[in-house]
Amino acid sequence: MWQIFHKLGSPKWFFGIASALMPWLLGIGVALFMTGIVWGLVFAPQDYLQGNSYRIIFIHVPSAFLAQSVYIMMAVAALVTLVWRMKLADVFVRSAAPVGAVLTFLALFTGAVWGKPTWGTWWIWDARLTSMLILLFLYFGVMALGAAISDEKSSARAVAVLVLVGVVNIPIIKYSVEWWNTLHQPATFKLTEKPSMPAEMWVPLLLSVLGLYLIFGWLACLRMQTDILAREGRTRWVKELVQARGN
Amino acid sequence: MTMASETGLPICTPDMSVGTLSAMKAVFVRDLKIALRQPQDLLNPLLFFVMVVTLFPLGVSPEVSFLREAGSGILWVAALLSVLLSLDHLFRHDFDDGTLEQLVLQPQPLFLLVLAKSLAHWVLTGLPLVLLAPVLGVMVHLEGNSIAVLCLTLLIGTPVLSLIGSIGAALTLGLRSAGVLLSLLIIPLYIPVLIFGTGTVMAASEGAPVGGQLALMGAFLVLALTLAPFASAAALRISLSNS
Repeated sequence: MWQIFHKLGSPKWFFGIASALMPWLLGIGVALFMTGIVWGLVFAPQDYLQGNSYRIIFIHVPSAFLAQSVYIMMAVAALVTLVWRMKLADVFVRSAAPVGAVLTFLALFTGAVWGKPTWGTWWIWDARLTSMLILLFLYFGVMALGAAISDEKSSARAVAVLVLVGVVNIPIIKYSVEWWNTLHQPATFKLTEKPSMPAEMWVPLLLSVLGLYLIFGWLACLRMQTDILAREGRTRWVKELVQARGN
Repeated sequence: MTMASETGLPICTPDMSVGTLSAMKAVFVRDLKIALRQPQDLLNPLLFFVMVVTLFPLGVSPEVSFLREAGSGILWVAALLSVLLSLDHLFRHDFDDGTLEQLVLQPQPLFLLVLAKSLAHWVLTGLPLVLLAPVLGVMVHLEGNSIAVLCLTLLIGTPVLSLIGSIGAALTLGLRSAGVLLSLLIIPLYIPVLIFGTGTVMAASEGAPVGGQLALMGAFLVLALTLAPFASAAALRISLSNS
């Protein structure tokens, strides 16, 4: 167990593992995501109330799902950074933050597009929307702080502290639709209950969520590899790797 | 941590609980004294508070109906901004003259000393804002009951702002563009306090009971009192190791 843990801290080892994993993550991820999207957009039945406009759920829910999960993953990595000073955990936080910000923006944007036909407005200051907007600000803050501190080690730890402080927002987002009376509907998937929509709707939705998770995994690996190459540019294994690829 | 002087005697008193409390008191009193010797620095956030509030009737509308509706929000936003602007001073001088490093080296837990500093910051900026709020409340035509509730929410809310702000001040210590960055990091964390602060006053002006919302704000305060000093202490250590 501890041996694996130590190996995980080695950028070289991770680089190899990521290279092996990435084609699988991308292949299966795109396959699942496309299946879910095409099924949802073309074949799933219409909603009796919202008609075809509900179909944006197949983009909206996966990105909103990921936007929050990515932050939680970053928080776990931040804890690892602070406790074990593991370099790779910080590489993950840095690589994931912009992706998380884009996903949050996508969730807000698709939400606005969906809100127009159903609620009659692009934006309302509803609890769920506001807390997602705060999440977007938090991602921007993490990126700004990471860019502002030039020293690699203190930058890693400062960002980790900030990520952990921001975690308080996650339960607020998650439960905002249950604590407050809002326009936004409750969560689509719950671990303990069956979804409130028919299987022809939630199966493709689940597929696209899973697919987007895998695609995020691929993207995170790619960005982490780039970051590792930039940081470890002076080590021998990177030089050998670059030369081998160059020929 | 044990420290020994050249004579071999421990520098800190063996009775740590008394030592910690008196150290906190010393830090608190020191911050107050330094601030009181430069009264202009104390006055600036207050003047800023008044000026921002003045902007709204002049810039948006001096109508009584608008001001009565938006007044609590205007006062809260102005208070939030002036606390935000004053945060830069929280650690900056101590950082520049090396006092902060001495604080970190003390045998007493750093988070308690940071707590004392945050409380001193609140007494110097938050508390005057609360005391000034009724005057401005009258100027934006709030009713008596609303003003009372507004002051109560500011009384509970401004310490939360100081405590959360200390995290941001510690994180951005010694950075080039600290001011803007500090606002970027801290404003998202201030939003929940702002929402509940103004929401409580709104409820009060509509005659609804506010006990529940005040209790929630109290919960924010307890959470910030217990957790924020740990985060700022950790951030301070990081910033000091950086310089």
